[in-house]
Order: sequence, then structure tokens, then C-alpha cells
Amino acid sequence: MGSGLWTLIIQRLLMGLGLLLAVSVLIFAGTQILPGDVAASILGQSATPEALANLRSDLGLDQPAWKRYFSWLGGLLQGDLGTALSNGKDISASLGKRLGNTLFLAFWAALMSVPLAILLGLLAVRYRGRWPDKLISGITLTSISLPEFFIGYLLIYFIAVKTQWLPSVSTVYEGMAFADRLKAIALPAITLTMVVLAHMMRMTRAAILNVMQSAYVETAELKGLSAFEVIRKHAFPNVIAPIVNVVMLNLAFLVVGVVVVEVIFVYPGMGQYLVDHVAKRDVPVVQACGLVFAGVYILLNMVADIVALLSNPRLRHPK
Amino acid sequence: MFKRIPLSALIGIIATSTFVFMAVFAPWIAPYPMAEIVGGTWEPSSAKFLLGTDNLGRDLLSRMIFGARTTLTIAALATALSFTLGATLGFTAAVFGGWVDQVMSRGIDLLMAIPTLIFALVVLSVLPTTITTLILVMGVLDSTRVYRLSRAVAVDINVMDFVEAARLRGEGRIWIIFREILPNALSPLVAELGLRFIFAVLFLSALSFLGLGVQPPEADWGGMVKENKDGIIFGIPAALIPAAAIAVLAISVNLVADWILNRTTDLKGGRG
Repeated sequence: MGSGLWTLIIQRLLMGLGLLLAVSVLIFAGTQILPGDVAASILGQSATPEALANLRSDLGLDQPAWKRYFSWLGGLLQGDLGTALSNGKDISASLGKRLGNTLFLAFWAALMSVPLAILLGLLAVRYRGRWPDKLISGITLTSISLPEFFIGYLLIYFIAVKTQWLPSVSTVYEGMAFADRLKAIALPAITLTMVVLAHMMRMTRAAILNVMQSAYVETAELKGLSAFEVIRKHAFPNVIAPIVNVVMLNLAFLVVGVVVVEVIFVYPGMGQYLVDHVAKRDVPVVQACGLVFAGVYILLNMVADIVALLSNPRLRHPK
Repeated sequence: MFKRIPLSALIGIIATSTFVFMAVFAPWIAPYPMAEIVGGTWEPSSAKFLLGTDNLGRDLLSRMIFGARTTLTIAALATALSFTLGATLGFTAAVFGGWVDQVMSRGIDLLMAIPTLIFALVVLSVLPTTITTLILVMGVLDSTRVYRLSRAVAVDINVMDFVEAARLRGEGRIWIIFREILPNALSPLVAELGLRFIFAVLFLSALSFLGLGVQPPEADWGGMVKENKDGIIFGIPAALIPAAAIAVLAISVNLVADWILNRTTDLKGGRG
């Protein structure tokens, strides 16, 4: 672990920060693209001129865009996300609670999907070209094409309504017992798992296969190492980086998939919060949620990058 | 050439054509008008209403048929936009190179750093929800993926001898893009077309399901899931029908795309 590695890691961190800053500009700009006036589009056709003027000064629309951006960014850095237009509540407070709920759901979905995907990927490689591999890749191809709400409502229909094993609506509230909370998020977590499992497994299979077909694994086999030793000493160290990469990319995917899944199960998380306020055209809330989602996404991608650097020395010396 | 179509591709072609047929001839094959209330709410399937009725008592089958029209049209237009835009920009970046390429590629990287659905939601929070807006937002956001692919393909082609020859002959860059690079980049792009179309269908359905896509009373599959979702809790599976249709469409287009991909890679001697 030379100082070169640290330079590279710090470089990645700075790049991530820079990207986040650029993304904040883009998200801010994304809500300014309307040729007309945001205030007019929020209030609709029948707005009175007084209401329009009020909303304009509330939104700060009487000031130039760059000024508004910097005051928004300044607030963000101090943890102040402003107040929601629709109900006047503090955004940071409502967002914090919902972010916790979303991460709770995503955590359990990840805990189920990651080991399962790696296990299935290994199985597919072990029985490559035979029926388990074909079955797994067939299921993968199908489940990539399924919309989240199809999986979700199918589960609700059969597991919650017909058999009543699990609740169909994931109500969680403060002070809820841990076991109850787990039961409430069981169905959305399973749905999310099924949404990302296929991608993750397919990419894991490709990553492992790539390593297993390399010349050094063949050499290790030819010099008479047992299958276990080949995997432990030669294949495993090389396969960590691509697998971690796959997992991180899919966790990023999972964080986005959460939006639709939360709406299906009426789960009080970030996704539901975002969608509700897009419909109400509540721009400050949408900006804040958009930035948090993008931030998590960028963070996971950055972690994937750094883990790859740590586990694969070859990446530290770009050609 | 039709002798050796594998069974899976054949199923895909038949299913996809059925949906396209439904979409094109919707007003003639639908038993009832799209938005007319013809029965009670959530009536079960019967001889009168083959798939039953929806949450307002409209014929579900008719809405499915008209929904095919809306969903397929919007998805097809968005895909067309994303290909035109993405391929033009990608080829331009590859042919011009230098700072043009740098600026465009970094811009696209930035756009792709935000998850597509999230950015679409941010933009839709201020834009009016019309079908034109939807097509534009979906097409522009998806063109980033096409840009990456077509730039990568065009960079490879750009250094080939026939492009060099055209340059020496004094052809302009527009000629090189459209007459030299485009014909040679077509087959990997066509293989990608199917996947982008599926993505557009799923994306549109997700937006409509969230209530931010196609607005009622217009029928589209994602929106129909939303309309009928409350019935699920009472054991009424009406919402599952449009959801299943989306899945079947996506799977069948996937099967066809897979077959085309295998065929084009076979032609090139197995290069993936």
C-alpha cells in the first residue's frame, strides 16, 4: 500500500465530490428548463396575479437563476433543504425519516439478493452449459423483462390476498417492534430482490467465467492443484473486484428500483415522497429528493471504483 | 432465410406482431370504445366482456387494445428519437474527435451519473405532462446509451482504410458520417434497437404507473395498472392483465432481439 494508492483513492473521492456538485447544477437546471414560468405551471391556468407574484417571491423567482442556485447549495451544505411548497413543512425533517425507511428496505433487499446472486452465479458456472445453467439464464432473461409492478402485484395477489401470509400494504411507524417491521417489508424486499437478482447473477456469472477461463487458472489446474486450491489461491482473489463492482452497480440500481416498489406497497420512503411531490409540482422537495438519490447512486459507484482499485493492483498503473 | 428461425424467436415474432396488429387496428377490433362506461365496476370475465371490466366499468379488453396503441406508439417514437439523436451525436464525436469529443462525452457522463428515472421525475415536476413531453424526455435521456454505443462503434470504423480514402478524396465530414460510417455501424445499432425499445416500454409504463406518464382517460398499459391496482386487495386481478401484457411484450421483443444479435455476430465470425 504505497502512497500512490492513497493518491489514487483521494483522486476518486475528489472526482466523486466534483461529480456530485455538477449533478446538483444539473438537477437545479432541470427544474428551470420550462420556457415559461414555474410558478404559472404550479398554480395552473386559473391563478390570480397576486398568487402568482406571491409564489414567485416565495420561490425566489424574482432573482437570477445563479443566485438561487447558490443560496440553495448553501442551504444544502448546512443541512437546510428549505420548506415544501405544498404543506410548508421542513424538508430535511421529513426527508431524514423517509431516507431511513428506504435504506432499511434497501438493506434487507441487498442482504437477500447479494448472497443469492453470487450463489446462483457460482452454480451457473459450475454446471456451465448443462440444465442448471440454462434454467438460470432462462429465468434471468425473463425476469429482466418483467416490470417491477408485475412482480409486486403478483406477490400481493398470491401471497397477501389469496393466502394472507403477509400484509399487502407495508405500514411502518415509529416505535414499531423490529419483528413487525421486518414482516411489513418482507414483500417489498422480495420484489426488489427479484428485480435486481437477474442482473446481478448474470454479471457475476460472466465475471467468474472470465477468470476461470484465464491462462493462469488453467496453469494452476495443469500443475495439479486441487479444485479447491485453484479457486482459493488463483481464482478468488481475481474475482473479488469484478463481483464487488457488480454488487455495487446493482445496489445503485436497487436504490432507483425502490421508487416504484415503494409506490406499489405504499411504503413511507423516499421514493413515495418524491413521486407524491412530483405530482404536486413541489419543486424544492423534488430537487432535494433527486439530489439525495443521485448522491447515493454516485457514492455506490465511487465505492465500487475504490474497491476495484484496492483489490486489483493492475488498475493502479494505467497504461 | 426463414428455414432456420429458432422456436424462441418464432414465438417472439408472433407475439410482437400480434401486439403491433392490435395497436394498428385498435378501433376496428376493439369490441367497445376506449373510454365508454359499459358495465359495472370490476365485473368478472364473461362472454360480454372477455377480460371483465375495469375500475369505472369500462371494457378491459378494449382498453388493453387501445392501450397497446398508446404504449407502442410512444415507446416507438421515443426510441426513434433516442437513436437519431444518440447516433448523430455519437458519430459526430467520433469523427470530429479532439475537444468536441471530450466536451460531448463528459456531458453525457454527467447526464448518466443521475439515474434515468430520477432525472425524468425531476424534469417532469415542472414540465406539463403531455405525450410530446414524455416522448422528448424519454428520447433525450435514453439517447445517452445510444451515444455511448455509436461513438464506440464509430471510433473503430473511423480509422479504417475506406474512411481514410474518403478523407483523402476530399469528402466532407457530413459525407463521412452518413455515407461511410452509418452503413457500417448499422448492424450493432439494430441489435441494440430492440433492447432500447423494451427499455422505453418499461420506462413509460413505470412513469404512467406512478401517475406521471400518460394521463387518463387515455388508455396505456402502465396507467391501467394504476387505475386497477386498488382491486388487487379485494382479490380482483384486473391490474395484473396490463402488467402481464407489458411483460409478454418485453419478453417477446427480447427473444427477437436476441436472435438478431446472434445472427449478426454469426455473420461477423462470432465477434460479440
